[in-house]
Amino acid sequence: MSLDTRPAAAKRRTAADGRPAPIGPWRHRLYRLDLKASPFLYIAPFFALFAAFGLFPLAFTAWVSMHDWSLLSDERAFVGVENYTALLSDPYFWNALANTVSILALSTAPQLLAALLLAHLLTMRLRGQTFFRMGMLLPNVASVVAVAVIFSQLFGRDFGLVNWVLESLGAGRIDWQTGRASSHVAIAVMVAWKWTGYNALIYLAAMQAVPREIYESAHLDGASRLQQLFRITVPMIRPTIVFTVIVSTIYGLQIFAEPQLFGGAGPNGVTGGSSRQFQTLTLYLYEHAFNRGFEFGYASAVAWTMFAVIVLVALLNYLFIRRIRSAS
Amino acid sequence: MSSKSLRAALAAGTATVLVAAGAACSDADDGTVTLTVGLFGDFGFGPLYEEYMETHPDIEIEERISEFADHHTNLTTHLATGSGAADIEAVEVGYVSQYTASPDRFHDLLDLGADELEGQWLDWKWQQALSGDGEALIGLGTDVGGMAMCYRRDLFEAAGLPVERDEVSALWAESWADYVAVGHQYMDATDGTYFFESSGNMFRAQVEQAEQGVYDREGSIVVDSNPAVGEAWDLTVEAIEAGMSNGLEAYTPEWNASFSEGTFATIICPAWMTTYIETNAPDAAGLWDIASVPGGAGNMGGSHLVLPAQGEHAEEAYELIEWLTAPEQQLKVFEQTGNFPSTPELYEDPALTGMTKPYFNDAPVGEIFTGAAQAVEPQYQGPLQGDVLATLGQGLGRIEDGSQSPEDAWSQVLSDLESF
Repeated sequence: MSLDTRPAAAKRRTAADGRPAPIGPWRHRLYRLDLKASPFLYIAPFFALFAAFGLFPLAFTAWVSMHDWSLLSDERAFVGVENYTALLSDPYFWNALANTVSILALSTAPQLLAALLLAHLLTMRLRGQTFFRMGMLLPNVASVVAVAVIFSQLFGRDFGLVNWVLESLGAGRIDWQTGRASSHVAIAVMVAWKWTGYNALIYLAAMQAVPREIYESAHLDGASRLQQLFRITVPMIRPTIVFTVIVSTIYGLQIFAEPQLFGGAGPNGVTGGSSRQFQTLTLYLYEHAFNRGFEFGYASAVAWTMFAVIVLVALLNYLFIRRIRSAS
Repeated sequence: MSSKSLRAALAAGTATVLVAAGAACSDADDGTVTLTVGLFGDFGFGPLYEEYMETHPDIEIEERISEFADHHTNLTTHLATGSGAADIEAVEVGYVSQYTASPDRFHDLLDLGADELEGQWLDWKWQQALSGDGEALIGLGTDVGGMAMCYRRDLFEAAGLPVERDEVSALWAESWADYVAVGHQYMDATDGTYFFESSGNMFRAQVEQAEQGVYDREGSIVVDSNPAVGEAWDLTVEAIEAGMSNGLEAYTPEWNASFSEGTFATIICPAWMTTYIETNAPDAAGLWDIASVPGGAGNMGGSHLVLPAQGEHAEEAYELIEWLTAPEQQLKVFEQTGNFPSTPELYEDPALTGMTKPYFNDAPVGEIFTGAAQAVEPQYQGPLQGDVLATLGQGLGRIEDGSQSPEDAWSQVLSDLESF
């Protein structure tokens, strides 16, 4: 508004007088200021909000993590990196990290592969195309809590549907919650069910941008549908794949509601099973922040460590995906 | 938009927000006071609120119910941050000592009129809500959980065991060892069902009965040194190894379903548990019955109503909880939900002692739970009572699901407790 009206006004004055208008030093300075400062003012709301709700909590968490800071007591002694050293020497932390990475791998890899295949199928001419495309998104719309509750029942030991099917097929029952691997599979299924469709739609959008002619010539050359997918589509939509891998990684490393509800309302929901067999990093954080000690200092250290882990894993994933690109 | 009209619009918007916020948190202009009540599960107060609001037209009551574990976590957070708590909050006995340790976060009920009512509750129930120095009272008792043992008549019959409640009580009248012996008999005679639902509950019941539990009077954890805890652990491990436990975790869908499926024969039954059984297995009426618990009496569960200091309507809230916990109202709650009163005055009232439950084969619940509540020897409860018991329960769970040997489970429990 003010940005373009003022230059226009100045121009008009120049035209009327026939020579450059003498602009008062005060007005001139104001004009310069407007030109320089206004753009910053326009983007300021975003940065103000980001500072208040993003940067400040981040910095404050770092500050808290260097204190013996319990919600229950008023004394908050500075302890330096003690929380971090305690954290790194706690076997339960490494256990939680291993569980998180395992659940991440079990959920993300099959999920993205399935999403790719689904998206590929959706590019074909189908009857009721919109119906299928919208249907993809339904699981994602469902509340994560509802998904976790229902899947926990499906994976129930005694009366769960999955075990019922396994048994009627002649296979034995599985106590999904007790085993480390079985509990990870159950949780990974919940995550995959919720996010596969979402990723499929993102891939689908990217695939729309791949020129048809390439497929047509490939078809003429006798390439099969599957070959087209892996030889043409995948290389063409690689930036999108990188994006989904990184977003899924970030989400997967922070997974919380699924294991928490899978563990039930008792102490197992906090420790991720009685042997901590499916305690994720966020559950570990929750155990320390919102449980007996309300140790916010320690929990903040966990949060910062998680942040570092997420950045690291996302970076590794990025490098990994990029390698594949340059290889082909 | 000119800056003037923008400013006017902003001002109007801000004013609207402020007015709306004001209306949301303050009370209406006509002088009515809204009291919020934060509970875990249904306390059966619904009809009582109606009754109270009829006689107190200036009071509005709003109930918020959350899950058991969430409830206490949220309450602690709200107390620590100084906002968000309801005017009236329920606190379960496993957590009450954690709160009596910081009495300044609550209104002192002795100042509000509770000092005249001391004799109304069971002595130990009153003590539980007193601060360490005995100077302040943070809560008034609602129910107590005098223990009994619920059992399935049909499963006992199939196992060739006695079915009538007096005979069943006599089977394990002496001790928990007798109970486990009956369990061996049961397991030998039957196939496909279990003797009890979860080892954690059996263990907890034994510990609650002991003179000293997981804490000593000085407030240190004595799990390792208290022989009563060790004996309870060993006996529970024996039962687990004989395959008596169904390995269910309380309040999970599996646990709920098991009551009607009849997968286990006995469960420790404080008065409030009878309600769970009735609601989870409406079809099993007449199949369940109630006998006495092994090893004499003991208390498991029960609650207090407390007033967080951040609440602004201390007097109105106190008046309500005094009324809710008065004997007449506790009797009504018992009739409705089975939560057993904590006021001894009722224990001679035929309205209570004569009460039977048709669901439990007309078991004289009034008489059974009166006896159980009166025989309770109070036990000192430490600040992290609930968490210590949960850690022990998880240790037993690891033996139950086969992921650890009893020795490893015990040493992990001890090392976990070190960090408390």
